[in-house]
Amino acid sequence: MLRARTIIDKIWDSHVVARRDDGECLLYIDRLLLQENSFHAFDKIRREQRAIRNPGQAFAFSDHYVPTVGREKGLAGIADPEIRNMVELIESDSRDNHITLFGLGDVRQGILHVVGPEQGITQPGLVIAGADSHTSTHGALGAYAFGVGSSEVAHVLAVQGLWRPRPKTMRVLVDAALPAGVTSKDLILSIIGTIGAGGAVGHVIEYAGPGIAALSVEQRMTVCNMSIEAGARAGLMSPDEAVFDYVKGRPYAPKGARWDAALAYWRTLPSDPGAAYDRDVRIAASRIAPMVTWGTNPEQVAPVTGAVPDPAAERDPDRRARMERALSYMALDPGTELRSIAVDRVFIGSCTNSRIEDLRIAAAIAKGRTAQVPTMVVPGSGLVRLQAEAEGLHEIFLAAGFEWRSPGCSMCVAINGDTLAPGERCASTSNRNFEGRQGPGGRTHLMSPAMAAAAAVTGRITDVRELTGVG
Amino acid sequence: MDPFRTLTATAVPLVMANVNTDQIFPARFIRKPRAVGYAQFTFHDVRRDDDGMLRADFPLNDERYHDARIIVGGTNFGCGSSREGAVYTLIDSGIRALIAPSFGDIFAANCLKNGVLTVTLPDDAVVDLRDQLRSVERPVLTIDLEAETIVRPDGATLAFSADPFQKHCLLNGLNEIDLSLEFAAEMSAFEAAYRGRFPWLAPDASGRKG
Ligand code: SF4
Repeated sequence: MLRARTIIDKIWDSHVVARRDDGECLLYIDRLLLQENSFHAFDKIRREQRAIRNPGQAFAFSDHYVPTVGREKGLAGIADPEIRNMVELIESDSRDNHITLFGLGDVRQGILHVVGPEQGITQPGLVIAGADSHTSTHGALGAYAFGVGSSEVAHVLAVQGLWRPRPKTMRVLVDAALPAGVTSKDLILSIIGTIGAGGAVGHVIEYAGPGIAALSVEQRMTVCNMSIEAGARAGLMSPDEAVFDYVKGRPYAPKGARWDAALAYWRTLPSDPGAAYDRDVRIAASRIAPMVTWGTNPEQVAPVTGAVPDPAAERDPDRRARMERALSYMALDPGTELRSIAVDRVFIGSCTNSRIEDLRIAAAIAKGRTAQVPTMVVPGSGLVRLQAEAEGLHEIFLAAGFEWRSPGCSMCVAINGDTLAPGERCASTSNRNFEGRQGPGGRTHLMSPAMAAAAAVTGRITDVRELTGVG
Repeated sequence: MDPFRTLTATAVPLVMANVNTDQIFPARFIRKPRAVGYAQFTFHDVRRDDDGMLRADFPLNDERYHDARIIVGGTNFGCGSSREGAVYTLIDSGIRALIAPSFGDIFAANCLKNGVLTVTLPDDAVVDLRDQLRSVERPVLTIDLEAETIVRPDGATLAFSADPFQKHCLLNGLNEIDLSLEFAAEMSAFEAAYRGRFPWLAPDASGRKG
């Protein structure tokens, strides 16, 4: 009998081009995803006079630096010359190198981790390298996807492969469907809180179990998206019929006889029963509540029903020091009820939570209520924006006093001009609450779209279940 | 790339765990061309207080470590964003080697591509090393990559184990793309077989460019 293999083994084995004596493998890269910051990589390619091996396997996205207002003005609408230069560079680098760009003015433009799956560029069984650490998002479709720096982007452009040691594997098994009022954002925050920011270093995580199977494909993307926040090399899931249905008919998905062949192959990808993992973690779904971060790392997280923890109770001196520093940065006192914390702003967006289902959830909370603080809704792509408008979600947001913006990374990383002022406190659906992430001195509380919308209409961190009566 | 063989230099202890690349190199500086010199951005926000003044309690601001070329950091050093600017800024500040109990994966790969050595040592060895760097008059280490040893300020020698490929590249200052292109024949053979096996992935298969 054949050895039982995980999906990680299966994808890995089918992508090894060559093996070195030291065990590192040259891994074939099916797709390369680029964004404006990839200019360093193109510089390197030019400087070293390299040819790009397969421009058709690279896709570029204008997302990190694009403005989220005034888009009708195109490039001219970007006042800051340095920011405009970044958007111009990805346009000229893509054009000069015959790489498909989803750029300003294209209705499909949006965040790379939203547009990739939406266009069918992301498919089960692929190895995808992306110029952004949240490339693991694509793992929700059964792809092995990871972020790389500029030198490795250049390496993929020239070689179509990357050297990697075979990763260790870790299975995170979610034992049941999530309770009512709890979302996949709460699940991943809770997982990171459990295993820690470095808990999966050196490992690829496979999320599995009934709790994962019960999630929609978009909800699964939210989970895989944040794998890097636990230090994982990648995070993925065995694909099922929901994934195949999701991919079917998308612009870059295979068609006709090729679809049938692809589907037959994809059905062989899920991990075999009895396959072994280097580590196994079990998550009890019933214990998960809506989660909110209180610190400056996603592992510093607690249920919304809880309080800011007391560093004095922490025995590990390094952890204690980190907690103290985080609380001082966040201007929070130990013991403060999370639900009493007032926020200055709300951001609903980012590759973690800007898809149509996220916007539907946020709109359901916003409906008939009024924003108490400035609230920004930034859809993940132009097509998500159109879909939301077709459903009338934008009218709900606008009626509630939320801003309805154009797609991009926006205040997830705050380099396009959308930024917190120093000291401002933000309820955010993004993925990083690092110091200064949303602007120097800005204070970020990560949470789900439902929780962020609840914070918007109450002006403070709120257990969304109190508004909906669910859960 | 300059080869890395041995390095005798001041080492600065940074006790924090989970130092992320946003801290090393805040995102708003990524758009700066490298030519401006990235040293001015190293740990830009963390090393300053709310009024923008350099914090006396941040080790990199300490005169003792002003010429540091080695950082001895905490667990999961360099986690977070894939931005390679985090490595460029360290290089422009003179850093050539990092020692920590563990590193963020993408960051460690970025270091290697740029000739920066990452050394992984057990937690207690790193803690000891940091303590010593704080207490001695001359916080200097010698790293010998060929021998895989570190000489501490007190003269004791620590052994580490370097990944053989990392070692080969760093010792010889090799460009990894050149090395990988030596596998071009294997790549071509692989690609032909691959496209035969997964015909829907051939570049023209979806009926679209790409
Ligand atoms: S939304 Fe944030 S995490 Fe996602 S790709 Fe953009 S900057 Fe990166």
